[in-house]
Amino acid sequence: MPGTLIIAETADGAVAPLSFELLAAARALADQGAGDVSALVAGEESLAQSLIEHGADAVYVCSAGSLDPGSAEAGAGAALAAVEAAGADIVLMGQTSVGRDLGPLMAFRLNTAVAMECLSLAIDGGRLRAVRSCYGGNANAEVTWRGDVQIATLKPKAVDPLAPDASRSGSVTAIDAVGEQRVRVISTEAAEATGIRLEDADVVVSGGRGLGDPSAFEMMEELAGLLGGATGASRAACDLGWYPPSQQVGLTGKTVTPDLYVAVAISGASQHMAGMSGSKNIVAVNRDPDCNMVQVARFAVVEDYKKVVPALIDAIKALD
Amino acid sequence: MNIVVCVKQIPDPETPASQFAVDEAAKRVIPAQGIAPVVNPYDPQATEAALRLKDAAGEGKITVISLGEDSARDAIKHALAMGADEGVLLSDPEFENIDNFQTAVALSRAIEKIGDVDLVLMGRAAADWDMGVAPLGVAEQLGFPCVTIAKSMEADGDTLTVQRVLDDGFQTVEVDLPAVVSISNEFGEPRYPQLRQIMLAAKKTVQVWNADDLELEDDEAGEDNRWLALEALYIPQVESNVEIIEGDSPEEQARNLALKLREAKLI
Ligand SMILES: Cc1cc2nc3c(=O)[nH]c(=O)nc-3n(C[C@H](O)[C@H](O)[C@H](O)COP(=O)(O)OP(=O)(O)OC[C@H]3O[C@@H](n4cnc5c(N)ncnc54)[C@H](O)[C@@H]3O)c2cc1C
Ligand SMILES: Cc1cc2nc3c(=O)[nH]c(=O)nc-3n(C[C@H](O)[C@H](O)[C@H](O)COP(=O)(O)OP(=O)(O)OC[C@H]3O[C@@H](n4cnc5c(N)ncnc54)[C@H](O)[C@@H]3O)c2cc1C
Repeated sequence: MPGTLIIAETADGAVAPLSFELLAAARALADQGAGDVSALVAGEESLAQSLIEHGADAVYVCSAGSLDPGSAEAGAGAALAAVEAAGADIVLMGQTSVGRDLGPLMAFRLNTAVAMECLSLAIDGGRLRAVRSCYGGNANAEVTWRGDVQIATLKPKAVDPLAPDASRSGSVTAIDAVGEQRVRVISTEAAEATGIRLEDADVVVSGGRGLGDPSAFEMMEELAGLLGGATGASRAACDLGWYPPSQQVGLTGKTVTPDLYVAVAISGASQHMAGMSGSKNIVAVNRDPDCNMVQVARFAVVEDYKKVVPALIDAIKALD
Repeated sequence: MNIVVCVKQIPDPETPASQFAVDEAAKRVIPAQGIAPVVNPYDPQATEAALRLKDAAGEGKITVISLGEDSARDAIKHALAMGADEGVLLSDPEFENIDNFQTAVALSRAIEKIGDVDLVLMGRAAADWDMGVAPLGVAEQLGFPCVTIAKSMEADGDTLTVQRVLDDGFQTVEVDLPAVVSISNEFGEPRYPQLRQIMLAAKKTVQVWNADDLELEDDEAGEDNRWLALEALYIPQVESNVEIIEGDSPEEQARNLALKLREAKLI
């Protein structure tokens, strides 16, 4: 029986939030007739429970580390065995350091295609149909697969996870296979974490090239701190060395979907929008009333940020 | 060291949204008037990576390959002007509008035809479709291991040590040659072609190979044989419902914004 296999990832010993988004996407496909949902996870069998609660009907557990970044060949061995065991004709994974390598690798080994960074998925005539963004976010493409197995990576935060349901049950099976890993990982280091993680923040204040000066990021940090949020930046600002690349929002940076996104002196290029257009409310502070960021915002102040942002900080303090 | 660099010519990714247009019936982008195509921004960095390895080793040969229309010659010329040695243009009506699986097959056949290649360098993604699939595809076709999204690398004999960029950090990996490595923007600025180099580049050879030269089967190229079929291509609609916050002074505008945000329970 065909079905959907999701590749789960872990962070700090628990299932990563994006994996629950994948399960929700797979359950939605199941509702459209795509068959059962199974999940592959690397590590302890105890990880299976939360995957089942979030929508998996069956969980395959492979050896710890085989789905870590930089281990795509090892992971592909396990994932191909899981595709076989589950009889899956759809494979979903996250657009992450793992999925970016594993998706294409599995596709070439299965003689099929992969659609990267999909925004939405649906079943149409019994087959998967995906929407993905291309041309830097200027266009959307809808694609279908010719090969038997349909592989896709999902953009983070494209789908809301389901609430866990402790009454759900499912099978748990060990997968022994791992692939031959020719790339040797010597060391992995985490980026320095400063304050709230950008991806988890309810409020994000980002600055762009129009700040004109790296020290203006202190003002962004002050506003973000006041709102209990995180500070981000456009690529133009990061490329100028004004803010660390780990805080870059956009196509080649982080994807954020906060309740409030404050864009200061950012024009709203499609590649920036690709990382924040899912924000629930956008506020633009920009001198140019015609720029894209002002057009897509809910609220906009068309003025020099140097006058507006300090006054906004004072006004917010005065509210309390 | 025998290095191949793959470069792609793409529509300028910084084309303003107002000038970006799609022919929905043909499922094609309509080239923007007066905006010339450019080299995929990551690809000069792949050329730079090759030149640094060649400089460090004091020997080696760099061949640049591009699959595309005649304008792809410009991408090859740019790499030759940076210092690469030879170019190959893969050109055939059957290569138009093919997908990344087919591109990877054609590129790998060309690399096999060049022969004895130690290292293939590519960009982390092509900024048009932005899939990042081709490097792993070329590696799989050639039977080479692949390291993606590199920010720096060093060769020691037949072993490469590569620093790569992860979502939340960095990773150091080692791989034995032959291998494929894809290069990220963190690699740093590519060198700018000097006038003398540009003149020298004009004398370097650019061969042109078609599908027959690559011994591709009929069903390996051609847009009807795509592995991923394009069902629709359109510009997503975004409505503007913006409320411009008024006020007699920036201070008043800021106060009004704070009040609006409080009213909307956003702060
Ligand atoms: C392959 C590729 C990937 C990319 N990935 C990303 C990505 O991940 N993230 C990203 O952000 N970009 C990305 N880009 C770059 C993107 O195309 C834009 O160049 C970039 O987002 C522009 O940044 P910006 O808005 O800060 O600068 P600009 O476009 O220069 O805008 C500056 C803005 O500041 C305003 N301004 C100036 N002075 C003031 C003032 N005193 N007060 C108020 N407003 C002022 C101006 O009106 C303008 O709107 C990518 C590009 C490519 C080709
Ligand atoms: C259904 C579908 C329809 C498409 N239609 C079109 C179309 O009409 N027009 C169009 O231009 N593209 C089209 N493409 C995109 C095109 O197939 C890809 O851009 C190309 O094959 C590269 O794949 P990629 O995006 O995965 O490249 P990536 O893997 O993102 O590129 C990474 C690196 O691979 C190398 N590379 C990629 N392509 C080439 C190349 N052609 N020559 C040399 N090196 C290269 C470069 O080093 C590049 O930096 C289509 C893709 C699909 C899936």
